[in-house]
Amino acid sequence: MQSILSVSQVSKTYGSGHKALDHVDLEIRRGEIFALLGPNGAGKTTLISIICGIVTPSTGTILVDGHDAIRHPREARSRIGLVPQEIAVDMFSTVASTMRFSRGLFGKKPDQAYLDQVLKDLSLWDKRDAKIMELSGGMKRRVMIAKALSHQPEILFLDEPTAGVDVSLRRDMWKMIGKLREQGTTIILTTHYIEEAEEMADRVGVINKGQLLLVEEKAVLMKKLGKREMDIALVEPMTAVPVELNEWHLSLEDEGHRLRYVFDAQAERTGIPSLLRKLADLGIGFKDLDTSKSSLEDIFVDLVEHKEASNEGAVA
Amino acid sequence: MTGVNFHGIWAIYKFEMARTLRTLWQSVVTPVITTSLYFIVFGGAIGSRIDSIGSVNYGSFLVPGLIMLSLLTQSIANASIGIYFPKFTGTVFELLSAPISAVEMVIGFVGAAATKSIVIGLIILITSAFFVPLRIDHPAAMLAFLVLTSVTFSMFGFIIGIWAKGFEQLNIVPALLVTPLTFLGGAFYSIDMLPEPWRTVSLFNPVVYLVSGFRWSFFGQGDVSIGWSLGVTGLFLLLCLGLIIAIFRTGYRLKN
Repeated sequence: MQSILSVSQVSKTYGSGHKALDHVDLEIRRGEIFALLGPNGAGKTTLISIICGIVTPSTGTILVDGHDAIRHPREARSRIGLVPQEIAVDMFSTVASTMRFSRGLFGKKPDQAYLDQVLKDLSLWDKRDAKIMELSGGMKRRVMIAKALSHQPEILFLDEPTAGVDVSLRRDMWKMIGKLREQGTTIILTTHYIEEAEEMADRVGVINKGQLLLVEEKAVLMKKLGKREMDIALVEPMTAVPVELNEWHLSLEDEGHRLRYVFDAQAERTGIPSLLRKLADLGIGFKDLDTSKSSLEDIFVDLVEHKEASNEGAVA
Repeated sequence: MTGVNFHGIWAIYKFEMARTLRTLWQSVVTPVITTSLYFIVFGGAIGSRIDSIGSVNYGSFLVPGLIMLSLLTQSIANASIGIYFPKFTGTVFELLSAPISAVEMVIGFVGAAATKSIVIGLIILITSAFFVPLRIDHPAAMLAFLVLTSVTFSMFGFIIGIWAKGFEQLNIVPALLVTPLTFLGGAFYSIDMLPEPWRTVSLFNPVVYLVSGFRWSFFGQGDVSIGWSLGVTGLFLLLCLGLIIAIFRTGYRLKN
């Protein structure tokens, strides 16, 4: 699929010497929802800010729909809408007037019919003449999205779009993002809520300490790196895992009432039948079996911890 | 998108003008009241005891100086808060991420700030007509000076707004530099009334040239020649323009 955004060898070192990004390469496909995951300070917001022209990169190039964002910022920026992490909007303006301001700022001629539709889609129609200071936090966040959409961007950046938003509003926003994708908008979101990426993203990128650790189809990533767990509920609790079971690397959970077996679902031999036979041979009774797959959050934590461990190993 | 972003310039201009309307009392009425007080105190109470300066009575002589005082302070205040406030509230991200060039942004902000100053200057001019007899020998030159000074000092205010890291810094240049220079720049007197060396020292004050040129447009007389007045004002305009271009090229206090 054709790229709409191409980030090549982008690095950023701030004046303080802090290296926020380290030679990041990233291709975003037209029309996809891409989730960028990473802990606080990983470089997510810096990367978005560089693409949008708010932060100047130290090195690297960015192409937005084929336009160099640094040499030809006007063409590049006109295609991008940004919803920043913080609610930053003139509190004295009305909802409708701040949207008209954003549309004008991005060089688009007035189109009240389009803006009215955005207001309706975001459930802001009843609040169109209200001052922003009078709105709730959730409504203000919708206004930020409405402003970003007011100039009909081809690429929409959502930096932590549902941070501090209640569950109901979060679900509404997910629906709205899905609808935007159906209309052809490419969406790049950063989030702390792994379930958000799991729910919506087509592809996932994991960034930590300024380095892009991986970019993968969400489904492939979960399949490739996903582990499954089997919890065995014991009839009689035990104080330690018998040595005869060492080859399965079991852990004892729930104060000795459960044995946990972590296995690779993609492996040819999962080891489950042999484990169950061994339990029977040892006379260990169990009353229930429960299997679950690892979430994107588990995968993310594993990746970041693994990378940190390997870095520490390299230093040592 | 190619060409000039007229919609962007207009959006900034309209937003800034709307801010003025929201704070109409503070933006327009306050300078009018303050200037009226100057006329009552300096023109009426004290001015009646001062002889004419050249062929102009002291009350009328004050008008260009008072308008210039308001133009400088209002231009700087309007433009500096116009760009500082988005920095303070974080809304500057939208300006920086928009497809709008530095020049277009400056036209929007400086244009709005200058418009407000010109309107205030004209209101003060009309107000003064209620207190003192007025004549304007060179109305076109008067309007040209009004516009030139408003634009130049709006640009200067824009630079202060970008430079300022807090509200204290925002006020420090107007309070500690511009107001004293205006008071010492012949707003209330002719520098010919000063003894040497203060008269010569005053010639290093750029505000002298602004006030003198503006006063010449009213009464055909000034402390320095009209050529010098235009030259120094134009030079200051170019200096401000150069600084603004440098700020946007380097991203000074706007971008990381």
